[in-house]
Amino acid sequence: MLTKRIIPCLDIKDGRTVKGVNFVELRDAGDAVEQGAIYAQQGADELVFLDITATVEARKTLVDLVRNVAREINIPFTVGGGISSVQDVSALLNAGADKISINSSAVRRPELIDELALQFGSQCVVVAIDTKDYGQRNMVHTHGGRTPTEIVTEAWAYEAQERGAGEILLTSMDHDGVKTGFASALTAKISRKLNIPVIASGGAGTMEHFYDVFTAGAADAALAASIFHFKEIPIPSLKNYLKGRGIPMRTEL
Amino acid sequence: MNIVIIKYNAGNVVSVTNTLNRLGVEPVVSDDPETIKKADKVIFPGVGEASTAMEYLKARQLDKLIVGLKQPFLGICLGQQLMCAHSEENNTACLGIFDLRVKRFEGALKVPHMGWNKLFDTTGPLFQGLPDEAFIYFVHSFYCELGTETIAKSDYINQFSAALHRDNFYAIQGHPEKSGQVGQKILENFLNL
Repeated sequence: MLTKRIIPCLDIKDGRTVKGVNFVELRDAGDAVEQGAIYAQQGADELVFLDITATVEARKTLVDLVRNVAREINIPFTVGGGISSVQDVSALLNAGADKISINSSAVRRPELIDELALQFGSQCVVVAIDTKDYGQRNMVHTHGGRTPTEIVTEAWAYEAQERGAGEILLTSMDHDGVKTGFASALTAKISRKLNIPVIASGGAGTMEHFYDVFTAGAADAALAASIFHFKEIPIPSLKNYLKGRGIPMRTEL
Repeated sequence: MNIVIIKYNAGNVVSVTNTLNRLGVEPVVSDDPETIKKADKVIFPGVGEASTAMEYLKARQLDKLIVGLKQPFLGICLGQQLMCAHSEENNTACLGIFDLRVKRFEGALKVPHMGWNKLFDTTGPLFQGLPDEAFIYFVHSFYCELGTETIAKSDYINQFSAALHRDNFYAIQGHPEKSGQVGQKILENFLNL
């Protein structure tokens, strides 16, 4: 049986991992490659590296980082942050990334999803969506959550799939960093409507939160950052707990 | 050891190269027939679409070259599918090393089959030193049916050939180069054939 995936996310600034609360207040959490290797040894199913600097100067640094990660780590990893062209993606995939994640650039120009899927295959195109709950509607935000848009989250997720996205990385801004659980209802709504995997992100605080998002939330994978970085929940304990509760998990490495 | 990775328009050769480097081997990536023929072992990776990949191989006569090779040969992912007789992906005639058909997953679950899944009924030197039910990482929408050449099975929507073997030809559907210690062991076993 296909297992559910546990994905630590490493937010990268100048080659080091950082983690903020609700997208701001960054706090240093260590060397990215070293951290990634430790997670891989502990049983992480995949890794996500998000470059939150994403300035022009940082682009080259990111390609170097990807090269180093690929040399050291033998599980799949996704890279995101400021990716806006076929050339960007080509450089990152050639450096050894397995998947790339696009967010603001796809909202700005949705055809980018089609172009990347055609050129590199859907399997490596992750569309990341930052969403905020406005009571009646869930709306997409861009630029690290700073810019609201007029786009409804569920509709955008569906459009991304139809344009060739291979996965959706759904981050609830309301839940991110506050550790009160994932946005399971919205995740379930999107995951059940789509035929591509949905990675739930934002809000992990306890092991039970993961259980909820894999059951009530119908998520295919769950992503978290600080609970892993600050060793609040060790990955092996989390996976054993979930397996014990009947969630298919890769526990033997 | 002289390991050649076949260069064509499909495949993530960077990951395979990195894993081989970790095993102390520096592979050559090439589409030159003489280089491929002289290799001790050949690896045929692949991520992509079947008909485009077959056209590319035919245009360079690599299709004929591959079926005539005598040294240990390992196809990975699309590589395994191309080694079968036919793929439903754009109705493509493939290399025919294995007399099997490649079909599209049809069912209630999401396609592609993406993530870690268990192997079972594994047999032969490729899986030496591994537990009966080891996990490897898969990303694919098409699968090879079961047959007498199946040396490992996996199950998603239906059972399928997770690995195949005939004579010097080996193939694996998942990505050993992305499957942690288990995958590295499979590649190490291939290098030791």
